[in-house]
Parts: sequence; structure tokens; C-alpha cells
Amino acid sequence: MDTRVDYYPTHEHQGFKFRRGRTLPFGATVVPTGVNFSVFSSAATSCTLVIFRKHEQKPIVEIDFPREFRTGDVYSMIVFDLDYEDLEYGYRFGGPWDPRSGQRFDRSKIVSDPYARVVGGRDQWCAQPDWDDVYQHRARLAFDDFDWEEDRPLETAITDLVIYELHVRGFTAHPSFGVRAAGTFAGILAKIPFLKELGVNCVELLPIFEFDEWENSRRHPQTGELLLNYWGYSTVAFFAPKAGYAATGRLGMQVDELKNLIKELHKAGIEVILDVVFNHTAEGDHRGPTISFRGIDNRSYYILTPDGYYYNFSGCGNTLNCNHPVVRNLVLDCLRYWAADYHVDGFRFDLASILGRDQNGAPLANPPLLESLALDPVLSKCKLIAEAWDAGGLYQVGSFPAYNRWAEWNGKYRDSVRKFIKGDMGVVPEIAGRIQGSPDLYYYRGPSASVNFINCHDGFTLHDLFSYNGKHNEANGENNNDGSNDNYSWNCGVEGETSDEGVNRLRLQLKKNAFCILMLSRGVPMFLMGDEMGRTQRGNNNTYCQDNELSWMDWTLAQRNGELLRFVRMMIRFRRANPVLRSNWFYQGRDYVGSGKPDISFHGTRAWAPDFSPGSRCLAFLLCRKHTQDQQADIYVAMNMHWQALPFQIPKPGERESWKIVVNTSMRAPEDIYETSEAPSLNEQEQVILGPRSMMVLIADACTRSTPGTR
Amino acid sequence: MPLEMSSSVDGNTARLSLAGELDGASAPAVRDVVDGLLRGSPHRLLLLVEKLTFMASAGLRILIFAKQKQPNLRIYVVRPQETVLDTLKKTGFYQSVYIVNSEAELNTTT
Repeated sequence: MDTRVDYYPTHEHQGFKFRRGRTLPFGATVVPTGVNFSVFSSAATSCTLVIFRKHEQKPIVEIDFPREFRTGDVYSMIVFDLDYEDLEYGYRFGGPWDPRSGQRFDRSKIVSDPYARVVGGRDQWCAQPDWDDVYQHRARLAFDDFDWEEDRPLETAITDLVIYELHVRGFTAHPSFGVRAAGTFAGILAKIPFLKELGVNCVELLPIFEFDEWENSRRHPQTGELLLNYWGYSTVAFFAPKAGYAATGRLGMQVDELKNLIKELHKAGIEVILDVVFNHTAEGDHRGPTISFRGIDNRSYYILTPDGYYYNFSGCGNTLNCNHPVVRNLVLDCLRYWAADYHVDGFRFDLASILGRDQNGAPLANPPLLESLALDPVLSKCKLIAEAWDAGGLYQVGSFPAYNRWAEWNGKYRDSVRKFIKGDMGVVPEIAGRIQGSPDLYYYRGPSASVNFINCHDGFTLHDLFSYNGKHNEANGENNNDGSNDNYSWNCGVEGETSDEGVNRLRLQLKKNAFCILMLSRGVPMFLMGDEMGRTQRGNNNTYCQDNELSWMDWTLAQRNGELLRFVRMMIRFRRANPVLRSNWFYQGRDYVGSGKPDISFHGTRAWAPDFSPGSRCLAFLLCRKHTQDQQADIYVAMNMHWQALPFQIPKPGERESWKIVVNTSMRAPEDIYETSEAPSLNEQEQVILGPRSMMVLIADACTRSTPGTR
Repeated sequence: MPLEMSSSVDGNTARLSLAGELDGASAPAVRDVVDGLLRGSPHRLLLLVEKLTFMASAGLRILIFAKQKQPNLRIYVVRPQETVLDTLKKTGFYQSVYIVNSEAELNTTT
């Protein structure tokens, strides 16, 4: 290689040798004897590569790109003999400063590479930055020498997933975690056994792309508490893992640490989905910092108004111009990189409807980016999940341009189930659809398009859903004006925590009802970290800035709320053991195999007579095992959301079959839920009495014999 | 603390003793020594690191390089300090090496 002419420098500047580079790939790529730098700008009049030694204030050299090093709108050069480990780099772009036309070039600023794979400057979470540093978020090189051994993405069928939404830092930051590496990727390693025992097989990580926790940081006006950008929905660098989430971040080893986490999760059979934020960047609007895109090619990267301001469909100051061809390619390149180099199993797209807007902000009927992502060969086995709305009024749940690939966070499922559990009227017909996988929304797709959830990072935790009527976000310092007002919550008679045993027992029961419905629904279930053990945020439904015990997972709850945790584990096991709950076909409501029963039938307090009237708060359904391969038992589910106990007439089981009770949420442990093999038979096979606001799940299979049971 | 190192080869076993801090500045010299040791195609590489107080990313990359250049090479990290062991664990590289408390343990590891 030493004899190849294209690896010899042709230019020199201040002792640094360089030559014309390769236009692709974008970013900084190690090549024999050097580093290839390539960056796009359609409107710059000059471009300078700025190189630092790590952490140093002043650059060691600034190399102007000669005119002949630009091909089209791409500047590229190879610089030789660099110390890869000690290198930080950025760019200065010259060009017009004319905000009205969308141009915001400023050569005085050093901007980061949009394709930076490692970013320094926030190496330790919450470490005070040097605010005088001329270059705050510093691009570095990444190394591709991690030993994956046999690892590969798991490609688990989406309908077999049970997704657990977790915040990397919050999962292990609480003092109760008690292990070193708290609040980091490495910290999660210690909790893999917990996740396995819980039964989830997929973790969805809140944003892990590099972001600035100090963005919009402030002191609470009354308490003085430091409020940070805790959730991270504000990307600084799309290709870089957050250094502050790595225990080895101060050593620059966040890439290895994250890859190791993914590898270990895969060994445990757990997929990894990343929450990605392509709807906006951390640069905010015209008042925000110039970190990267604004100083490189503002007009290409952002959707701008005719007079040069930033459209704000994200609610965060700016909107990424996702259907501009160059930006589209950046998104594709980024996701391909995470899929190929990090073995990520899928992506959840925050405010995904923005990805379907054109360069003027108008919704597209056939958005090129969404189509490209759906049909991309590298991403073909990745889960693609859309939060199918944005902050600009575009609501596309059920109508997101899916190309037969995209799944959606089903916000309608969330709202229906919340209303049903709290006993609202007129919800029964909708619930009947939601537990089937929402055919009204996804008829042409199947239930796999529906990610069913009742709680997520946005909104109340499950515990708080049944502990508060209204939000209590005073700790956020915005006079409780932030956060959703449409919570469909109910405090069970007391606002907030209480020692009243009756109230607490009811709350526990409602939480069990929630998990029961979630795990019995067709579609893809997802729940929020900590809901399995009753985590509370004390009524705060928008903890985006709360880096404290309000957001963190309190591991002592596993013991204190052991009954709920046990229930959730067993409900997940029940789901995984019953393929009828995980099918990707919609129920047809008819007998198409000659079993004598429809695949699904609905009932009320009387068998075969569901009550869909506005005043109804009860519904039951029967799933016939013979319509699903490998389904061993019929399943009957009765849901009584009325405040009174009610008798439910049960459909007759098959010949030589009898009903056994698996779940009864009105009972305390251990009689609230049984392993299928240990489920006791019902003494009375024709009728059960459901307690107020409770559910029962019965099974009947060909092997069942009528033996005396506990009821 | 600047890095001090010494190396030797004894049959199929190469030894490299490191004391002080293995950081970006000292890593190139260590890399050259490791390169030299690997030229003899040893079966085992013993890293005597009891007095190594710090290992940066550059140091870790040397081990990764050695392992990938010679996949059958067994790398033994002898008596690492907690900070070094911590780094190996958090980045997953501890799975590619054998962590032992002394050379006497070498024959008991698989």
C-alpha cells in the first residue's frame, strides 16, 4: 500500500500533509495512512477542516479545502499521519449571513460533523462544561474493532415481542441500585437477569444519540433544584452514542460499552430498539446554538418559512427537513449504521409524522423518506415503529404511510383502555376492537402494526394513572402548564399517596387489570419501566427535566410491591405460552375451521350476549383454540369495570372439558394468578361472580378434568 | 505516572509487563512492542499489569488488535487493578481474555 500513489500526500500546511479525498462516505473514515474527511454543503463559499488534540482549547491546525477538493457540494480530503486516538475535528464554513433567505453561515464558529460517530465534550453526565470552549461538541473518530463474536440482530417476530421502555440513566441511577456504573450502559448489564425473569424480550431505549443534558438547563424558581435535559429528545449527533451514558465515557469508550450491552442483551434473548429523534435537532430556533447543521447548510437541513425562520412542527424550535434528498440520505445512512455496526434490532421514531412532510412542511401522500426506510435492504429486518403524530397537528394513527412495514404507537389503544379501566361509559365497543389489534385502524396490515401501550415516558406512570386525577408538574418550574391534560386517570378517591388500605387495594387491582388487558390483546405490548412494580412520579406526567428520584427506578419497589411484580411476570408468561394472543391475523368472529365456536366471540353478563350499549361497563370474550396453531386451550376473559360485583354466565366448555381459573384480579396473591398447569378448576362451571372493577381469565383444554377447585 | 514496560519471550509464551499509565501518549510504544512479540507467533501473551494504574482506550485497542490479528492467541491479564478490570468488563473485552491472579493460575484456566 505504501507504493500506491493515491496514498501519498500532495499538499502540506503547517507540517500536516494531505491530498484530495474521497467524496463518500460522508464523515471521517480511517483509510490506510490517514483519515478521509468528507462533508456536504450546498451554499458554503469556503470550508476549513479544524483539528484539535483532545480537550485542548486551541486547534493544532486549520486546513482550508482547496477549490479542487470540492466535487459538487462535497468537500473531501485525506489528512495523513494523524493520531487517531487523540483527534478531535470540526469545520468552519464561509458563506452568506442572510437569515431572510435562510443562510446562516458564520466562519467564526467551529461546527461539528453531522456524521460524527463519537462526540466529546459531555463525557461525563452533568459534569460542568467549559462554557468558554470554542467548540463544545467535538467530533472524534470511532473504531470498528469490537469483537461481536457470533452476535447478530435477533429478528424476533414483532408479534412475539414484549417491549419495555426504559431510560438508560434512570434505570440504574437510583441509590437503591447499589452497583457501580449506576446510570450507564454498563449499569444495565447488572439488571439483565431481572429483565429476563420479568419476561420482556425487547428494550426500547429512550434517546441514546449524543445530546446535551445542559440544554435549557435552569434552576427551579422556587426550589432551586437543577433542571436538566434529562430525556434527551434533542439530538446533537445522530451517529454517536451519548458519552455521558457510558461508565467509560471519560475514557472515550462509549462505543464499546454500548456494543457490549447490546451483545449481552442479545445473549439473553432481548432485542434492542432505539428511540430516534429525526424531527428536530438540538440547535433550536434562530435563538439557539450553532452546533452543526445550522452552520453547514441551514437551508437544506431545516424546513424554513418564506422569510427564513424555522417551522416548528416539533414544538422544540426547529424541524429537520427530512425529505430533502441529502437529509433523507443522512437519515438512511444513520439508521443503516446503527443496524449494521451496533446490531440494533429496530427504531421507534419520535414525532414520526414530521418525516412525512415535504420541504415546505406540507404532508406528503408518498413521502420518499418513509418509503426508503420501509424498503431499505439493510433495514429490512429492523422493526420500524412510528409515533404517528407531530406537534403541528398532523395525527396519523391508523393512516401513517406504512408501506406494509411501519408499526405505530397506538394512542387510541392507550386512551380506550384507560377510559375502560376507570369505568367510563360508552367504551365497550371500542375496547372490543382494541383487544383484537385495532382492525378499524390496521385492517390491511394486521395486529402487528399496533404497538399497544397504556403508559410510556409521556404521561403518568401506571401507578400514578390510578393515584391522581390531575397532573402535578410543579417540580418542572412551568406552573404546571406543561404536560398533557388528557390523562383519563382516576385517583380512586384520594389524590396522591395514601395509607388507606381500601384505596391501595383498589389501585393494585386496577394495575393488574391494566396488565391483564395489555397482555391479552393482539398487537405488540409495550410498557414503561417501573410500572411492573408500581413506580411513581408523584403525579408528574412530564418528567423531561427531572434527573432525580422522581424519574429514577427505585429498586426497593421490587420487594415492596412484590405482588404486582409477580402478577406481571406471570401475565407475560401467559401471553408467551398462548399463541392465540400473538397471532398476526385479525380475528374473524366466525368459525372457519368447523370447531363449533367462532375464533372470537363476545359475551356480557350473559353468555353469547355482549352488551355494547352506552351504559355498559362489562365485556367478556372467548377465544377458541382450534383457530390458532399450537394453541392448547380455549381462553375466556371476563372484564367487569362496574363498581359492583356482577355474575357472568360462562359459555359451556367443550365436551370433556372444564374451566380452570388462571387470573382473578379481585383476589390477593397467590390466588390472583396461577401458572396454567396449577390453575384450579371452577366449582361452578356455568357462572362466576366478578368482583367490582376486576377481571377473570379462564382456560379450558382437552386435558382438563373437572376436579374440586377453590371456587 | 509515565509508563514502564519490559518484555520477554519464553518458548510459546510472550510476557509484557506494564506499570504506570497506558494512555494515548504511551500506547504507540506498547503497540510496537506487542507487534514485535506477535511476530514470533506465541500461543500465549501474558500481560503483567499489577502495577498498571490506568488504561485508556488506546491501550484497550492494542489488546483488541492483538486478539484479532492472532485469533488463537490466549491473552492472560495477570492481577489487574480494579480500574483496569472495570474497563475490561464494561467494554466487554474481558470475555476475550483470561483474568488471573497469578501466573500459577495459567495452567488451570481453559
